[in-house]
Amino acid sequence: MISVQNLTKRYDRNVAVNEISFEVAKGQIVGFLGPNGAGKTTTMRILTCFMPPTSGRASVAGFDVLDQPLEVKRRIGYLPETPPLYPEMEVHEYLAFVARLKGIPHADVSRRVAEVSERCAVTDVSRKLISKLSKGYRQRVGLAQAILHNPDVLILDEPTAGLDPKQIHETRQLIRSLAGEHTIILSTHILPEVEQTCDHVIIISKGKIVAQDTVENLTSRLRGQEAVLVEVTGAGADDIRGALSGVPGVARVVHRDSRNGLHSFEVESAPGQNVRALLARRVVESGWSLHELRPVAMSLEEVFLELTASEKAAEADGKGGRQ
Amino acid sequence: MMNIWTISRKELKSYFASPIAYLLLAMYAVIFGFFFWNAVGYFVNISMQSTMMGRSFPMDVNEMIIRPLLMNTSVVGLFLIPLISMRLFAEEKRQGTIELLMTSPVRDMEVILGKWLAALILYACLLGISLLNMGFLFAYGKPDWRPMLVGYLGLILQAGGLLAVGTFISTTTRNQIIAGAVTFGACLLLWVFDWVAGYETATWATVMGYMSVVRHYEPFSKGVIDTKDAVYFLSLIFLGIFLTSRSLESLRWRA
Repeated sequence: MISVQNLTKRYDRNVAVNEISFEVAKGQIVGFLGPNGAGKTTTMRILTCFMPPTSGRASVAGFDVLDQPLEVKRRIGYLPETPPLYPEMEVHEYLAFVARLKGIPHADVSRRVAEVSERCAVTDVSRKLISKLSKGYRQRVGLAQAILHNPDVLILDEPTAGLDPKQIHETRQLIRSLAGEHTIILSTHILPEVEQTCDHVIIISKGKIVAQDTVENLTSRLRGQEAVLVEVTGAGADDIRGALSGVPGVARVVHRDSRNGLHSFEVESAPGQNVRALLARRVVESGWSLHELRPVAMSLEEVFLELTASEKAAEADGKGGRQ
Repeated sequence: MMNIWTISRKELKSYFASPIAYLLLAMYAVIFGFFFWNAVGYFVNISMQSTMMGRSFPMDVNEMIIRPLLMNTSVVGLFLIPLISMRLFAEEKRQGTIELLMTSPVRDMEVILGKWLAALILYACLLGISLLNMGFLFAYGKPDWRPMLVGYLGLILQAGGLLAVGTFISTTTRNQIIAGAVTFGACLLLWVFDWVAGYETATWATVMGYMSVVRHYEPFSKGVIDTKDAVYFLSLIFLGIFLTSRSLESLRWRA
């Protein structure tokens, strides 16, 4: 549904997004996880055609964001970090305006607005001025705005930021209920949010994708595992791979690439096992040459630490606010 | 086409949901009311004098009331137009709603034209108030309506041009006050450029004179449509809207 290839966005000298590539299949909920300033919002803004990429390609439902922006926009519902609301409008007026803007036929506007208001639980405030709404209601009106034209793809930028725990729970429920009909990308800097709402996760840090996997795989990888990069010469890739897989404590061996007989592998160990010494011995005993052996998952760990740190900070803030 | 109207309707709603439209209408009603009262008073006075002196040269309502009033309106417009155009894009940028407009399946040009049209309609509402006053002239006299119609056409063209420039300036900032102040400066300059041409005859002064809004409006107030004046205002509209669309595009690249 969504395909991104080597996407780069530069501002003056800063690189906000650096050569990222990923795919999202139809019906998936994908979490964009990363600390603030990692490039989540930039990526989303490129996907929604708000800004063009510096280089690389991105397409939504087969339409390129640069060549056919109108087609892309028709298929995307977007909730920016601050919901784009007009404070001087009433909720139903606002939703009707957005409905017409999104190209919903005139006859269907009021029906669709009623449906969406029901779905996002904003019916009881539909005659209220947006400026009088609480933060939670604003967020829900923002979400209602995004799903009005029943888009194939929903892009939600920090949909739970600034809400209280009850509202966060409701918003997550709502997002989960939207899955299936829509392909959803949501960004967050809170790890449990991804665990609770998403199928897939893309961890992004400093403009680079550090990991993308299903939530189960990733969380198990994050819990005390180690990945090691091994570079070996002296045999075929398959032989080496077989030998490395046989080392006790190794969970997975991924062949990265081969150049001039130099094969590199990423070896993942089971939790709590240090397999580096065993790997080295196995290579040498087999009569091959070991060129390099170093842990590679550091960046992922760093991100994870940063994420958990910022989450604790956010929780502390929340508690401080409630006192 | 529908999209343009959708945007216009929303803009007009915003104008009339906030005090700004009513404030402008009230202000304009007072100002124009004063001008009208003054012009009519002057006319009555002169006509009394001429009757007493036994001379009865023809008194022309068009020439003595409507034309000066239209000229006054043209100048007052220079002050009111920044107040109308300043919020158009600056407010969207401040609220973040620009993200909604620019990620919806509408063309930038539709957004721009919709906003510009809404501003022009609000200005036309102001002119409507002046028409109420003018109605008295038709109730108690027989002025020629054709030159007046041309005068109003000129006012709309002038407002169209200046509002387009104002719309462009509004895209460059997220602060309404700045947008308003800069637009006011631009309007004022376009008005006073004419002064230079009064004493200086060098080419640059002539060019500055050509750029003056008031000079191009004057023939309209007399009921004369000169192609070069119409072309001037139309070019101003096109220039303003073109610059706005470029500015929005650059906003995307820089955003």
